[in-house]
Amino acid sequence: MESDFKKEHEKLLDLTKELMPQKFGRTGVIWVISLVVIIAIGLVAYIHQLSKGLIITDMRDYSSWGIYISNFVFFVAISLVGSLISAILKLTHAGWRTPLTRIAEVIAVSAIAFAGLTIIVDMGRPDRMINLFIHGRIQSPIIWDVLVVTTYLVISTLLLFIPLVPDIALCRETGVNPSFWNKKIFKFLSLNWKGKKSQFFLVHKSIRILAVLIIPVALGIHTVTSWLFATTFRSGWDSTNFGAYFVSGAFMLGAGAVIAAMFLIRRQYKLENHITDAHFDKMGKLLVLLSLVYLYFNINEYLVPAYKMKHGEAEHLNDLFTGHFSLMFWSVQFFGMILPIFVLISKKGRKPLPAFLISIMVIIGAWFKRFLIVTPTLLHPFVPIQNVPDAWKSYNPTWEEWSIAFATLAGACLLMTIFIRVFPIIPIWETAEERGIIVDTHEEK
Amino acid sequence: MIEEETNSRREFLEKSIVGGLTALSAASLFSSCHGDDVKETGEKVKLLSPDGTIVEVDSAYINTNIPELHLSEHNIREGVPGKKFVMVIDLSRCKNARKCKEGCSKMHFLPKERSYVKVEKMQDSEMAAPYWMPMTCFHCDNPPCTKVCPVDATYKLSDGIVSIDNNRCIGCRFCMVACPYSARIFNWGEELYGLNDAEAKAIPDHDACSSHKLGTVEKCDFCPQMGEKNELPDCVKACPNGVFYFGNEYDDAVTNGDETLQLSELLKTKAAFRYLEELGTKPRVYYLPPVNRLFPFKDSEESKNS
Ligand code: SF4
Ligand code: SF4
Repeated sequence: MESDFKKEHEKLLDLTKELMPQKFGRTGVIWVISLVVIIAIGLVAYIHQLSKGLIITDMRDYSSWGIYISNFVFFVAISLVGSLISAILKLTHAGWRTPLTRIAEVIAVSAIAFAGLTIIVDMGRPDRMINLFIHGRIQSPIIWDVLVVTTYLVISTLLLFIPLVPDIALCRETGVNPSFWNKKIFKFLSLNWKGKKSQFFLVHKSIRILAVLIIPVALGIHTVTSWLFATTFRSGWDSTNFGAYFVSGAFMLGAGAVIAAMFLIRRQYKLENHITDAHFDKMGKLLVLLSLVYLYFNINEYLVPAYKMKHGEAEHLNDLFTGHFSLMFWSVQFFGMILPIFVLISKKGRKPLPAFLISIMVIIGAWFKRFLIVTPTLLHPFVPIQNVPDAWKSYNPTWEEWSIAFATLAGACLLMTIFIRVFPIIPIWETAEERGIIVDTHEEK
Repeated sequence: MIEEETNSRREFLEKSIVGGLTALSAASLFSSCHGDDVKETGEKVKLLSPDGTIVEVDSAYINTNIPELHLSEHNIREGVPGKKFVMVIDLSRCKNARKCKEGCSKMHFLPKERSYVKVEKMQDSEMAAPYWMPMTCFHCDNPPCTKVCPVDATYKLSDGIVSIDNNRCIGCRFCMVACPYSARIFNWGEELYGLNDAEAKAIPDHDACSSHKLGTVEKCDFCPQMGEKNELPDCVKACPNGVFYFGNEYDDAVTNGDETLQLSELLKTKAAFRYLEELGTKPRVYYLPPVNRLFPFKDSEESKNS
């Protein structure tokens, strides 16, 4: 018995060595440097904004929200993937999800952290942020958002961290890569993990509880985010459909983001044994399903008002369908939603490379989709836009806005990259369990 | 019953008519009537009592020393006591003179082209004739803008005014998207105001109405510092055509500086309406329809639609 456990443990350690975080190659280094440069440019722009005010953006009295807000919605949307993979797929016993859970969870945590940051960037008076806590009023959807986003961040972080604890302990045990920092941090983060049965029992149980908890909170964050728009009277936002519309779009975007991350990580770390073509196939199918659901909500959201062409709505819709925003609108609908369905529905389309390319399209489409939700509506208020300089009648983000938006995106990517560099991105003990290796080899004392 | 006053008493009206009309102030106005030996001047002044009847008193009895309430001294989250401000805008009189905008700009230290009042060219349908529609903040009784504010920086006061605390606003601009009338503007940057440092410093701090603080929201504030002194807001005073009527709902009276009318009667007889009533925002600004216009419609460059 003793020796059996030993053998099992050897297997576990071998797997750990295989999945240990690795040093970056040249591409990795270039990637990190570019991210840092983008962030630095964004920081310069933000300092500029802090000193001058939002005047450096192209937001004005009519287009009073711009790409900061659409970027925020994008971040919140993408973060929903954490709950999709770790919770929904877990509760439906989709075993193949195991190697993807951590990828999804790290995307979720980084995205939601930067969603919060983006909101601060958008504020006219970030120095008064404390007022949200001193004077917060529960009737404002912004406060709901603050509450539910914070809750989501906490649960997601736990869902990322708890399954990581045994893996950190395993990484320590292998003794590979024993740099000073790694040793210290890993020792601290492994929380005295011994690999006992009772400890594994606790981990399993807490993951299960969190997986159930996170589903309503995930639906909550994006529903409440949609209410920032739907609680107003504006054409295009005044919809009872908005919560479901946002949530479905978010799941679709999240699935796309996971596919893209899977592809890049697998390539960089040579993880073909763990993230297999079958995973792309499964995720591809999932993305088709989610795109179809999103398509359904899009038809609802655009066809029903377009059928009636109510005054106000009509101007907004005409602008989207045939007017100023039509090129962007149709490109987003086609490349970001219709085409992915057609490509991924075929088996060939779900091979890693095409699936990756499609997922990039989905991500870019989703970003612009959020732009199309925010900006055109604001440019079609009930009271006609008159008596303002011509430049105020349209919205063309300035270089500062773009730099800051890109910097937040780069920041989220950098956070994920650092995580992948420091921690094993494929869950080790869960993979071992999947493969029938006994993980709790330490006897209770 | 509407008493049309045509004699020129604009100056007096500007000083005290709004308050002079109230039952409350009426009491204080005549406080010196009893016992004191007041020398009558012989100059009679007509006042409208709350029930709509006209009373005539000697101007000597008018107590012009109504104690002043400094807005900055009372709680900015309460309104002016005894008031419920209301406005009526007569669309049949507007000829796009834009003096209201100028008056507002001056009053609020705004650049000329930027003010809290908009004058919109409106045309309800293709066949309908276009008309000019001045718009302020409507100080809605069910204000969607205050509901969404996360920090209670914009709120409804007892005098009907929807106010902004520019020292608390975090600049999220949610209230701007929530207002269906685009009444709110934002302090995007000081350079928009075209003020140099000295000019900016010269702006008196007036807590109870919109002030310029970088990164916060502003809008028409119904000039409470004028209303409490029983004076008229600058847009009302500046309009050469008497388009704006302002008053206290408790008095059931409004005035444009030239004539004082009974509010309820005016709204009834002139078929008053509120803009986008179907939204349920309950504006405190009423419109009289653009019928029997005083001026022919003349288009202007500024109002070309985008
Ligand atoms: S007009 Fe707009 S800003 Fe003014 S009270 Fe109504 S909703 Fe609020
Ligand atoms: S911009 Fe200011 S007043 Fe308006 S909702 Fe935000 S905090 Fe409140």
